Amino acid sequence: MSDLTRLTAAETASAIASREVSAVEVAQAHLDRIAKVDGQVHAFLHVDAEGALAQARRVDDGELSGPLAGVPLALKDVLCQQDIPTTVGSKILEGWRPPYDATVTARLKAAGVVILGKTNMDEFAMGSSTEHSAYGPTHNPWDLTRIPGGSGGGSSAALASYQAPLAIGTDTGGSIRQPASVTGTVGVKPTYGGVSRYGLVAFSSSLDQAGPCARTVLDAALLHEVIAGYDPRDSTSINQPVPPVVAAARSGEVKGLRIGVVKELTGDGYEEGVQQRFDEAVAILQSLGAIVTEVSCPHFSYALTAYYLIAPSEASSNLARFDAVRYGLRVGDDGERSLEEVTALTRGQGFGAEVKRRIILGTYALSSGYYDAYYGQAQKVRTLITRDFQKAWESVDVLVAPTCPTVAFPLGAKLEDPLAMYKQDICSIPSNLYGGPAASFPAGLSEGLPVGLQVMAPTLREDLLYQVGAALERALPAAVPPLAWEN
Amino acid sequence: MPEAGRPTIGREEVAHLARLSRLALDDSELDRLAGQLDVILGAVAQISEVSAADVPPTSHAVPLENVTRPDVVMPSLTPAQALSGAPSEEDGRFRVPRILDEE
Amino acid sequence: MTAIPYAEALAEFEPVIGLETHVELGTASKMFCGCATEFGAEPNTQTCPVCLGLPGALPVVNETAIESTIRIGLALHCDIATWCRFARKNYFYPDMPKNFQTSQYDEPLCTDGYLDVQVKGETVRIPIERVHLEEDTGKSLHVGGATGRIHGASHSLVDYNRAGIPLVEIVTKPVTGTGAMPAEVAKAYVTELRDVLRGLGVSDVKMEQGSMRCDVNVSLNKPGQEWGTRSETKNVNSLRSVERAVRSEVERQAYVLREGGRIVQETRHFHEDTGMSTSGRSKEEATDYRNFPEPDLVPIAPDVAWVASLRAALPEAPSVRRRKLVEELGLSENDSEAMVNAGVLDVVLATVAAGASAAEARNWWLGHLAQSANAAGVDAPDLPITPAQVAEVAALVASGSLNAGLARQVVDGVLAGEGSPAEVVAARGLAIVKDEGALSAAVEAAIAADPGAAQKVRDGKVAAVGALVGSVMKATRGQADAGMARALLLEKLGVSE
Repeated sequence: MSDLTRLTAAETASAIASREVSAVEVAQAHLDRIAKVDGQVHAFLHVDAEGALAQARRVDDGELSGPLAGVPLALKDVLCQQDIPTTVGSKILEGWRPPYDATVTARLKAAGVVILGKTNMDEFAMGSSTEHSAYGPTHNPWDLTRIPGGSGGGSSAALASYQAPLAIGTDTGGSIRQPASVTGTVGVKPTYGGVSRYGLVAFSSSLDQAGPCARTVLDAALLHEVIAGYDPRDSTSINQPVPPVVAAARSGEVKGLRIGVVKELTGDGYEEGVQQRFDEAVAILQSLGAIVTEVSCPHFSYALTAYYLIAPSEASSNLARFDAVRYGLRVGDDGERSLEEVTALTRGQGFGAEVKRRIILGTYALSSGYYDAYYGQAQKVRTLITRDFQKAWESVDVLVAPTCPTVAFPLGAKLEDPLAMYKQDICSIPSNLYGGPAASFPAGLSEGLPVGLQVMAPTLREDLLYQVGAALERALPAAVPPLAWEN
Repeated sequence: MPEAGRPTIGREEVAHLARLSRLALDDSELDRLAGQLDVILGAVAQISEVSAADVPPTSHAVPLENVTRPDVVMPSLTPAQALSGAPSEEDGRFRVPRILDEE
Repeated sequence: MTAIPYAEALAEFEPVIGLETHVELGTASKMFCGCATEFGAEPNTQTCPVCLGLPGALPVVNETAIESTIRIGLALHCDIATWCRFARKNYFYPDMPKNFQTSQYDEPLCTDGYLDVQVKGETVRIPIERVHLEEDTGKSLHVGGATGRIHGASHSLVDYNRAGIPLVEIVTKPVTGTGAMPAEVAKAYVTELRDVLRGLGVSDVKMEQGSMRCDVNVSLNKPGQEWGTRSETKNVNSLRSVERAVRSEVERQAYVLREGGRIVQETRHFHEDTGMSTSGRSKEEATDYRNFPEPDLVPIAPDVAWVASLRAALPEAPSVRRRKLVEELGLSENDSEAMVNAGVLDVVLATVAAGASAAEARNWWLGHLAQSANAAGVDAPDLPITPAQVAEVAALVASGSLNAGLARQVVDGVLAGEGSPAEVVAARGLAIVKDEGALSAAVEAAIAADPGAAQKVRDGKVAAVGALVGSVMKATRGQADAGMARALLLEKLGVSE
């Protein structure tokens, strides 16, 4: 075989299953690729060559099988993997090796997927550029001077630079979809409760959701089927069958599908090139037989605001456990200082600026006297946004919008302006608040940089996302990063 | 309650919030955070525009109820695993610096 | 410590009391994870990612804990919520692995109930505000300070075995009108509550092991005036201490108020050794707990039919069983109240069930065992003797194998850990001596030692034989069969009755 790293996951699995190539060869090819390019991309925080090869051998020995057996994968560093460093992009967890596997991790292992390593991310998944990682930013393979999106920029960059055909992301406000959009890859945020959160280091518990990332729609669907489904360890896990995503990805039929274009997700702040590619993608879907209408979701304009109250509030509580007692960093324990001082020093030094900003914001929004005006009001707005979705489902099957108002921006461009950074998620947040699934699919390029089309569906209708994604994928030329920086 | 229009947040309040959330922040951080939070709060104050008096709040994205587990003992971690991440341990316990307040 | 005597204080001020009782449920596994809940296990051997608060771990509610809490609510005549959520109470403390406690904030499972208690022949109704479910914390060992206290310690060592054990909090409304006996009412309430919980089988309610703990609120006001500022005394961990804590706080506050002082709203810590409390954290700098609904747990909506079936299956209330004691066993009202106050109702019933007569069971548990418990500083039911063993001793007395004095020695042996009553009898050689040959030497010696008494008997003053029987008993260390000794004495002295 020529270049094993250029194959899709489906092709790789089939080649391994038919013994055209061994899982060990595939794993080694990707480890070599990582060694060659990741110095420039910085997608990985930790590479587990030994573990990857051992898992590949188990596949070759026939101990593990399945539709993705032997296929390499990059795991976002927010998911626990037993005995493998899990940092969540933070200094506060540097060196921590969890004594347990996340449910997603365990399912990947059981399916024979080969986990190459842990990918870079904004600290605690708070960010849209991966620049808030305590371990330095990841670079966009399309242009190394630009951001790969965030928080899952390590996963998206690993895909776009052919370091892995599959990756896992997590999406609290867009952290799967926006990175997919700016790297020309596929990213799916499943229905909240569709994929177990057990072992996913929490940012905002009522919004966090892990999902598949890949270079093709079918690959994402295959990965979706491996990780999704009921988990009794997660009380918010939905005990219902996983939607038929693989069948949907293979069908790609949109004839008669009613597509609603969200009226509110356009206009000022949306780059012209992004808007053009979006309009063209919608026109393509229409030409394939979809029925396109415009739909108003009036409360979507408040989604960003509600999100920046709910997510930091929950985060301020979720991150309280990092206290220098049971695990992680401890700073200033000189035998004199009290625990209170040591905890405060550790948190002051162990958390980065963005995390501290959100902890303070969340603490404020939950404080007595402010709760009703902020957290309470945000939860009511959440209800109104859900109602907007439910009303939309009366007239359309899916909603579409750009995934992100811009293409990848240069590293550093928004670092000093938190509000501008937050606006990256303006289109993706409504689905997190509502809980339904949403995905970003490649929709062409603007000035040489990828643009994403976002599709949003009712809860547990992931199959609709994959149908639309597959249709678009077939109609558009593949977006292949030039990788001109590679020598 | 924030006043109508735009709430403001000062350095003192940030220092109080930092104490509540147990974050040691130096003076320059306090100043910078106060400025940034003031801008962010100015933006999120938009939330009060929405008239939602009769709207029930949503605390959970998916409406599930009564998710429980049977009262069955499952294996625990080994003590070595439990303590594996501890910054300091002694006699099978997590060792911490002296504690100030009694809860 | 400056104080005004209890009765005098209550002649001048009206008390308002409130009690918050925490009860560890006796579930096999913890509240939100499958770790075991054994008391006294090696440190950190009953922990997992969930109860250690490891990053990524998630809670799942123990269904038996929900059921037990609802049963407690029903037994306390509460309304059961049709829909409620857990909340996070956010504050930092090293015993608490997530630095928030998963609790029920404004949506408790059970609200608005009551419990009737008997105090000095009067029925007092204690109103219940709420019964809610939460999780216990771990335990810290404070090293390097005096007597294990937190102050002066150089560092602390934390064990999370207890963290996450289901904890039910039962909160009374303010209790007014207790007049001259707030301390007695408080003790009677906690005693009755403990018996209710024990009857439900939801907890082992062992105060000395911390599976039942009380916080006591007390305030005083002048008659006709508004309620005073209250203090909250924590660490009240025995029935006796509940009474002592209220009593000492009434005495302390009365002194402060009479001197024109002001009661500070504060947390006080009770010390079992001194029976006094000391001032702790002042509540005026109250923490902002930032409660919000726990997003990792979904709402609980108890099915109405299920709640009805739980209600139908409730065991008899202790008050009902008490009536039974009076009506069926012929014990007096005074005895039954004394038993409730001593917390021995269940063990008395169990002793009767094991074959003892009601009178014997009463005598043991209100008599010698009550004294032993008092001396040991524990509650009588927690003494290391079972009702079956008490019944066994009673049977030995009834059959004539033991007399009262020997029986007490046997019980003491059991309490001292020497084994079962039969083992103690054998090891200590405590059976009554009925062997005539063995007794006759003691009889001869008694006559020889007290010729005066012997002569009186010979002269027809049969009552004088008592002194001689006494010396036989003494000589045999109480083991002689007193009746047989008497008969032998009279025979030797040639007197017949």
